[in-house]
Amino acid sequence: MPEKLQQLIDMFQMFDPADRTSMLLSYADQFKEVPPSIATRPFPTSHQVPQCESDAYVWARKQPDGTLQLYFAVENPSGVSAKALAAILDRTLSGLPAPDIATVDCGIVEQIFRQNISMGKGMGLMAMVNAVQALAKAASNPAR
Amino acid sequence: MATPIEQRGYAHPDALVSTDWVEQHLDDPGVRLIESNEDTLLYASGHVPGAVHVDWTSDLNDQLRRDYITRAGFEALMSKIGATKDTTIVFYGDKNNWWACYAFWVFQLFGHTKAKVMDGGRVKWLKEGRATSRDVPSHSKTQYSSAERNDPPIRAFREDVLTHLKKQGQLVDVRSPEEYAGTRMHMPDYPNEGALRGGHIPGAKSVPWAKAINPDDGTFKSADELKKLYCEDNKLSPAGDTIAYCRIGERSSHTWFALKYLLGFTNVRNYDGSWTEWGNLVNVPIEK
Repeated sequence: MPEKLQQLIDMFQMFDPADRTSMLLSYADQFKEVPPSIATRPFPTSHQVPQCESDAYVWARKQPDGTLQLYFAVENPSGVSAKALAAILDRTLSGLPAPDIATVDCGIVEQIFRQNISMGKGMGLMAMVNAVQALAKAASNPAR
Repeated sequence: MATPIEQRGYAHPDALVSTDWVEQHLDDPGVRLIESNEDTLLYASGHVPGAVHVDWTSDLNDQLRRDYITRAGFEALMSKIGATKDTTIVFYGDKNNWWACYAFWVFQLFGHTKAKVMDGGRVKWLKEGRATSRDVPSHSKTQYSSAERNDPPIRAFREDVLTHLKKQGQLVDVRSPEEYAGTRMHMPDYPNEGALRGGHIPGAKSVPWAKAINPDDGTFKSADELKKLYCEDNKLSPAGDTIAYCRIGERSSHTWFALKYLLGFTNVRNYDGSWTEWGNLVNVPIEK
């Protein structure tokens, strides 16, 4: 598990439900959409997260230093949870080598959201993590 | 002059209020707005000013048994949100008021009939650019004395469904066509919550809940459109005993509301055990 993400998860473990909700909202407020230099609407379906009702998209770009930069779009205006997770993944994973990002498991969703995870949302959020992991694995392959 | 909601021809139009009506009553001390969502972060991200949050799992469900809160729990909830017997409760929420109707239904188990649903719910409010707030309102606690929970008039248990089946009563399966057909064990994009068998209760008509909604703004369709959907296309009689079900009774609360209040079905119950119970029961009839 990348260190920054583990630290964030450890911090979330200490929160009571109200604090966790506030912190998730704070991350959602910090969400930054993918810049036009990376992608513009209509976003390609090849980057769409399957099973995510918030209509989320994920991109990964390899930087000159070999690290990955993650980008997200969340088209559903009510996609607060998806925006929070996107901001968390960007904050804790962008700038890391692709193989490190590829180690992230979708189990982090339950650890971060706890009681704030709803039935439908859980599947979509885990799919976001899986999409990030898949992009990181692809970027880890020296043949690509 | 009739309001736009009254012009839609519903049996009980007073069960619905418009977003305009809610905006005009934001400061009305006799009105309490309740937001109920599936996504528990939505209320905190911004709600109708003055609205309180009622969560379907932590506030309405018993935390041990699969059942709803008791009379004492309901009294505590109403006290906490500052409601009295005379308070008009207006429910709204995400998913086209799916969870709002569920909360409305639970409140009816305790006989709080001064209750309405905001037509179009959260989505319509936001689409219309109306004000939202992150402030959690603080209401003075009240002394709320509730009747005991009265399930039989609007809630069906499995034995009721079996009796209903023998009488060939009307059943409405409001899940997706794939769940009804047994080709899918859960809602699209939702986890499988553990039903061992797929299919539907014999004789149930398949009328997915969202067909009652105008997809653009989440409002309920007109009475004529609903009559065509339920009474003409699916041959359901407003005078017949009717049981609606889905997976855990939430989507079917929405249909229960449409049948009872908008079309005036005289005896309609919600089977909240729904498919997560029926699909696991031993030796009950199932059709595919």
